[in-house]
Amino acid sequence: MDSLTKKIREIASNILKEGKVEMVIGFTQGTIPMTSKPYMARTPEQTENFIWDRHCTLNLANYITGRKEKIGIIAKGCDSRNIVNHIVENKISRDQLYIIGVPCTGMADKHNPDELRDNCATCTHRNPVIFDIMAAEPVEEQKLDDPFADVKAIEAMDKDAKWGHFQDLLSNCVRCYACRNACPLCYCPTCFVDESAPQWVGKGQNKTDIQTFHFLRAFHCAGRCTDCGACEAACPMDIHVRAFTRKLNKDALDLFGWEAGLDMTKRPPLDTFNPDDPNDFIK
Amino acid sequence: MKVIKIDKTEWTGGIDKSRAKYLLFGPVKDKDVQNNERYIFKQLSADQFPDMEASDTVLSPKGTVFPQTEKMLQVSLDPSVPDHHIMKRVDTDYSPRAVIGIRPFDAKALTLVNLNFDTKDYRDPYWCDAYQATTFVGLAVNKPSQFDFSTSMGSSPFGEEGLDVLLVDNGSEFLAKVITDKGQSFLDAAGFNKSADESSAQKIEELKAAAEKAVAAKVGTDNLTKRTILELHEAPFWNDIAFAYINCGTCTFVCPTCWCFDIQDETKGKSSTRFRNWDSCMFPLFTLHGSGHNPRGEKVQRVRQRFMHKLKYFLDKYDKGTMCVGCGRCVQSCPVNIDIREVCNIMNNYEPKK
Amino acid sequence: MENPYMPYPVRIDDIEIATEDKSLKTFKFVFLNKEDEEKFAHKAGQFAELSIPGQGEIPIGIASSPTEKGFVKFTVFKTGVVTSYLHNMKVGDIMGIRGPLGNWYPWDKLEGKNVVIIGGGFAFTTLRASIVYMLDPANRSKFGKIDVVYGARSPGMLLYRDELYEWEKRDDINMHITVDSTNDPSWKYNVGFVPTVVGQKAPKADPDTFAIVCGPPIMIKFTQPALESLGYGQNQIIMSLENRMKCGIGMCGRCNIGKELVCKDGPVFTLEELNKTPREY
Repeated sequence: MDSLTKKIREIASNILKEGKVEMVIGFTQGTIPMTSKPYMARTPEQTENFIWDRHCTLNLANYITGRKEKIGIIAKGCDSRNIVNHIVENKISRDQLYIIGVPCTGMADKHNPDELRDNCATCTHRNPVIFDIMAAEPVEEQKLDDPFADVKAIEAMDKDAKWGHFQDLLSNCVRCYACRNACPLCYCPTCFVDESAPQWVGKGQNKTDIQTFHFLRAFHCAGRCTDCGACEAACPMDIHVRAFTRKLNKDALDLFGWEAGLDMTKRPPLDTFNPDDPNDFIK
Repeated sequence: MKVIKIDKTEWTGGIDKSRAKYLLFGPVKDKDVQNNERYIFKQLSADQFPDMEASDTVLSPKGTVFPQTEKMLQVSLDPSVPDHHIMKRVDTDYSPRAVIGIRPFDAKALTLVNLNFDTKDYRDPYWCDAYQATTFVGLAVNKPSQFDFSTSMGSSPFGEEGLDVLLVDNGSEFLAKVITDKGQSFLDAAGFNKSADESSAQKIEELKAAAEKAVAAKVGTDNLTKRTILELHEAPFWNDIAFAYINCGTCTFVCPTCWCFDIQDETKGKSSTRFRNWDSCMFPLFTLHGSGHNPRGEKVQRVRQRFMHKLKYFLDKYDKGTMCVGCGRCVQSCPVNIDIREVCNIMNNYEPKK
Repeated sequence: MENPYMPYPVRIDDIEIATEDKSLKTFKFVFLNKEDEEKFAHKAGQFAELSIPGQGEIPIGIASSPTEKGFVKFTVFKTGVVTSYLHNMKVGDIMGIRGPLGNWYPWDKLEGKNVVIIGGGFAFTTLRASIVYMLDPANRSKFGKIDVVYGARSPGMLLYRDELYEWEKRDDINMHITVDSTNDPSWKYNVGFVPTVVGQKAPKADPDTFAIVCGPPIMIKFTQPALESLGYGQNQIIMSLENRMKCGIGMCGRCNIGKELVCKDGPVFTLEELNKTPREY
């Protein structure tokens, strides 16, 4: 067992013993090879079940939304940014959390375990931005020449090719909502697709309805998404749903100089108004 | 027992011949826009053949009989039209079709779903008409995948329940075991009529024994009938099982025995269609009352419902075994690795405190 | 077999505002085809799916008795998409009804017995069907004593008020009408919650008396102990449940309580049967 797993178990066990938290959320070994499973330990003995490896691909911030207990949580870079987001959006308060920071060198791709996941290849926040204790020494952050090269490639397509690309991208979607439910940002008590009065989106396999779901969800995540990749890790049909959120992340950076989850004192740009906000769409 | 021998060199010719009488469905390789390759079950176009080397599909072939979105009734809302506001059944093509390459556990799953849609009180015409129009030409699984646990759930890589023909891959040939008259009709239409010699039956048994032995995962179900529904329902382990769970519908959509559906009306202009979609007991909306009351509003209640339905309610109601055929798709696709094999063992080993 | 998803076409023949706050309306439907009415032939306790093309369907208890010919009546509470649309419809509009669905109150078992009917709020619909059925001259002699406890928040919220007051005057039925509270000095009947009035006025249990209970979950929760302290056994208490439904014919799978489907194995269950199921209703 590697030293990181050992350290995580040790820290988790200590904070439970010391009564600092009532539960610790992390990962345990999955029942099939190369998978992990989100796990909650309530006793020091149960912390022996925690693991940390290259298959810890979901975002644990998803499990703290609206909880009332004192919670220990194991957070890699992107997860920690979502925790900041949760704090800003009042989904949890800072003093409820004991954050065990884990510097991350990237998670394995679901189908090619020797390769890095797509979002990890362009990650610039490998080290947790908020923590109470670090389980290991920080790692070097990646320096990327063109982090949004993939988005620019799509932006460069002509109108018809782009639309065709989006149609193909979403053609296999079965509306299981795994992407939405794995995402820590999607915590609306009633999602817009489940509203009936008025009904915004049809529930069938109509192409327009499927596209509406994905586009609108991306917009609801605009300025808040940390590109953690949980949506793609969860999707059973391997759909590249991040194509839309990445574009909006790029827009947030270009238009507002904004990256989500880095500052506990600032609200995301679509939440606030500033007279200097770009407004060249008003013609 | 009649066994037909089909040389693999004659296979595509026979399939082509069968197109005259049957709409064909089968697994084909699909490459998506990311270059991910996978196999999917779909209606075959005139130049497509079922891929008999296909690995398991993510979605089960239940969609060939039970489409994810299916129109049921249509109506005109235009008051100037006679018969306005009076609903009529939509026209659907139920001409004979054949699903080729379906796994035995998927065919057995359809026989279980049939219990729901064809009862002594009501018959669902959409599902039943499609099911009865379909001939199932199954492919035995010589090498079960790591997710297959069909032998624990009343099925087998070489099972025959729900199939009209069972094809066994024997290297350079298929040995086709004829199970029903419908199966015979298909083989006639394809021109597959060479009888196999006596050794073929023996060969099939050998391959079957090897395949069943190769099913690695074993799951216990023998105690499930001994517990009452309330004992299992009130058991303390559900909260632990439910922690990781995220309320998505993945397992129910990939599962060959899940049949729950939603009914929706959609209107465009002056014409309206009533259709049904696959629905999932994992969604909170599934049981939400108009008043706002939700009997299964908490996620642990929904997780418990799924496993109780599959492994207990169905078992008690129909006495035909559990509502799981051991295909393992849910285990493979679940984003948070909730494993029905693990849950079934927990339920099976549960001893209520007296 | 017929297509069970196909509604019988009906026309709205009459609309009555049933409660003073207008949240409930009673609809009278006439079948467009006479033979559909014969096929419909329901029993008191059953429900039907009211089907509005373009909007959806709602499962509603049948308020009219099988002894009332030529029409069917439903009382509908306005709460969502379909019910709101229905409330805005007019006499003469065409829509559909699928049914009758579900099981019914156990009329065979109740012959020769005394019946205590307990209802609250707007769950009184199938109970009205039951009372009209039992009071019909062809049926009255089949039953022993009939007691009814029915309450609502205020006098204006009682359903079928005129009929209630008429029944109160009869001597072949004992009516105990109650309201939670009222400022009306001319109110002649009881004041108090239904479970309390049950405790005070309902007959004590004996092997020949059965109670039929239908109401909101909170009323049922407190009525059950009241009946139990009067000595009613679990198989003498008959309840009618509700749940979210779509197909109404036991196929879409959503209305289950344990292995029972409320639309097909219910909605009528004895308390004994319910105690064997998980409390997911």
